[in-house]
Amino acid sequence: MLAPRILKELTGIVGSANLTTEPSDLLCYSYDATQQSFLPEVVVHPAAAKQIAAIMQLANRELIPVFPRGAGSGFSGGALPTKGGIVLTTERMDKILEIDQENLIATVEPGVVTEQFQIAVEAVGLFYPPDPASLKFSSLGGNVAECAGGPRCVKYGVTKDYILGLEVVTPTGDIIVTGGPTMKGVVGYDLTKLLCGSEGTLGIITKIVIKLLPLPEAKKTMLVLFDSIDGAAQAVSSIIKHKIIPTTLEFMDGRTLDCVKQATGLQVPDAARAVLIIEVDGDREFLDKQANRIAEIIRPLGVVETRIATTPAESEALWQIRRSVSASLRKVNPDKFNEDICVPRSKVPVMIRRIDAISEKYGLAIVNFGHAGDGNIHVNIMIDKKIPGEAEKAEHAIEEVFKEALALGGTMSGEHGVGLAKAPYIPLEITPQTAAYMKAVKKALDPNNILNPGKIFLDN
Amino acid sequence: MAKLKELEEYREQIDQCVKCGACRAHCPVFGAERREGRVARGKVAMCQSLIEGKLDLEGKVLEDLSQCLLCGSCEAQCPNKVPTDEIVAAARRRIAEERGLSSFGKGVAAVLGRPKLMNFLAKSGGALSPLFFEKLPENSGLRLRFPAPYLEAGRTLPPLTAKPFRERVPERIEGAPGKPTVLFFTGCGINYMYPAVGEAFLKALQFLGATIIIPKDQACCGLPAVSAGAAATVEGLAEQNLAVFSRYRYDYIVTACASCYGGLGKIYPEMGAEFAPLSTQVKDIFVLLIELGLAEKLAALPKAEKRTRVTWHDPCHLRTRGITKEPRLILKNLPQIDFVEMQNAGICCGLGGTYSVYHYDTSKKIGAKKAGYIAASGAELVATDCPGCIMQLQDGVNHAQGPARVVHLLELLVAALPEGEGKLTTG
Repeated sequence: MLAPRILKELTGIVGSANLTTEPSDLLCYSYDATQQSFLPEVVVHPAAAKQIAAIMQLANRELIPVFPRGAGSGFSGGALPTKGGIVLTTERMDKILEIDQENLIATVEPGVVTEQFQIAVEAVGLFYPPDPASLKFSSLGGNVAECAGGPRCVKYGVTKDYILGLEVVTPTGDIIVTGGPTMKGVVGYDLTKLLCGSEGTLGIITKIVIKLLPLPEAKKTMLVLFDSIDGAAQAVSSIIKHKIIPTTLEFMDGRTLDCVKQATGLQVPDAARAVLIIEVDGDREFLDKQANRIAEIIRPLGVVETRIATTPAESEALWQIRRSVSASLRKVNPDKFNEDICVPRSKVPVMIRRIDAISEKYGLAIVNFGHAGDGNIHVNIMIDKKIPGEAEKAEHAIEEVFKEALALGGTMSGEHGVGLAKAPYIPLEITPQTAAYMKAVKKALDPNNILNPGKIFLDN
Repeated sequence: MAKLKELEEYREQIDQCVKCGACRAHCPVFGAERREGRVARGKVAMCQSLIEGKLDLEGKVLEDLSQCLLCGSCEAQCPNKVPTDEIVAAARRRIAEERGLSSFGKGVAAVLGRPKLMNFLAKSGGALSPLFFEKLPENSGLRLRFPAPYLEAGRTLPPLTAKPFRERVPERIEGAPGKPTVLFFTGCGINYMYPAVGEAFLKALQFLGATIIIPKDQACCGLPAVSAGAAATVEGLAEQNLAVFSRYRYDYIVTACASCYGGLGKIYPEMGAEFAPLSTQVKDIFVLLIELGLAEKLAALPKAEKRTRVTWHDPCHLRTRGITKEPRLILKNLPQIDFVEMQNAGICCGLGGTYSVYHYDTSKKIGAKKAGYIAASGAELVATDCPGCIMQLQDGVNHAQGPARVVHLLELLVAALPEGEGKLTTG
């Protein structure tokens, strides 16, 4: 519990309606999608950068840790208040400040929900491509802090590719601006890129300047069943080698397909051992040609069946199969560890085979699906935590999965970030020299280690 | 013996919440309030802590648990289908048990448990109307006024009728041989506020030749008491209604109120083995009408030249049980209307049983959003299948100064049926 004088000062900054120490409120801001829970001492709901700056100054003076939070939907624990202190949520800062149709730029506050922003820009014929699975509820501030991805990234890139500038409150309580509303800009270090994916450890984002694209006229979805994961993986390389970059190239392996079949009664031939959902977008007249071309290119690669949606409803039905995966997995096993390794896309089949071997070694069900187009595999280790020893086995398996991904030139996390969940594994991927370089940045900007301490790098 | 479940019995479902946050996209209360305590994930976390004894039933917990419409929007979108509405209702029962019914909950329990008192209130409400009722703009079409002990400034509600519906109609209306026998569960909304909907119900089923039983002594379904946490009231009403039902032979119990449908068809069956058959016996009127081939009959009618633009609001207690197509099928085939789909037709209106009595400000915010979708659809009329939704939607539209009127779909339906109803045993 913080001293009354500190609470009083915080109340003075945000107003009494926007600060709480009620036990149930502390509970509500103690968790995120990792399902871990750490109680903060106070939750504040500021509405402006100035308020956040004042909070950071106070926190530095009193040495109280501050944990910034968007929607609390992250998978790596970035928003967890691991050391008590202050949870600072951006839920009230939820305004779209401007959609500039002349320059194809928008300016938003961090609490804007990603999908709400997409709906707003699409209403005027513009397009914000990053589409994390959580887009209906995650916030843009959180998306920037974690550098969120999504299925469309294979063609359009990730969150950081759309961020032109930021307003940020520094860990010591200054308000700075990085980048700005121009497509070019090379004056000084590229702090915008540094802050994208910094997981709330280097600053609190209070304003975001976003680059937009013209909204593609139409899209076309196809679902292709393959007799092996190799066929599906080769199809991905083959399509790209033929100079076609689909909007999405989502895959599910045979075990995922089994789960979906079991849970939803989905009808597919038994020979199908892998699925690709391929979507292309662009001018309407161009799409049929492109879809047919793709079908032609992949035909020799063990295709069992191809379903091409001809209406939006059919397209929705195909995506529904992909969306049913998470719930289907849960029906097979109650608990899962959800990792998101990324390997060069040509290495997907060998990675899947190595995961299969790990699955066998530990006797754990592991299902894989995800974004084949950019080699980003969601590795789901399915367990029942109630069975003694299962969680420990899963942790060993995860470490082996990470090591295999790294051996193939990949990374431990393509989208979710390090946060708390992957912090112990950092030395596997980052050399001591690189880590020292990163830590030096953190130390210089946050000398008191106030902002989201213990994330990315564990405190010693 | 009717017995509602204890909070502890939901432990397994509570543990299914993986804290992903998906409910934040769908909870109407969270949409208006934007605080984690208001969303399903927060409430489920609280209930988990209550069960584990880590949280006491006091202070903010009580307020947050009262801030739920029980609309089921979260469960519909939840990857693990956690039934937050049931969990919160169970938590409210525990609050009522440990801390006593809140003053409003007590009022609900007292009135719902005593039909005679309800009859009296309805009648005196009608008589007292000039004192209590708020006049509406003439162009609203409905004189929306309401006497209520918790009347708040600016709330517009319909008057209580001086003569309840069930006192106006015979207990049994004989239909054609070979046609189904239907027990009409009217619910309080139709009985006390919207008797015309009851009349329309009879007309529609007589048109199709059904025999209709309207037991005079049927009681409230108890849903407002579920919302208020008044377990004993709900259980008592359920037993009373079951005893009434058991006196008759019928094919279906039919409702024209989504809340009653939810109460009888979903909540009762979980209260004991003797209630289990209700889950299949209870039917919504539009599901029955479609089964009896009404859509085809409407399609055969000549289209009117001048048609009214009508949109549809999905009541939560139909939507969460998958009833969305049937009313639309009727709407699309009505000769005098053009059906237009509004955006977010399935978002809760904001009434939520007793919710809007406790939290009228938030309820109004939710209603205002809905009013915006209605206005954007350009509809002149909003049709739905629940007196509670009608009340709340009209309140929202009036606050937004929209032109739309809210009606029960049955009223539109019977306006389209050929004259000489009851004699036309078609098909």
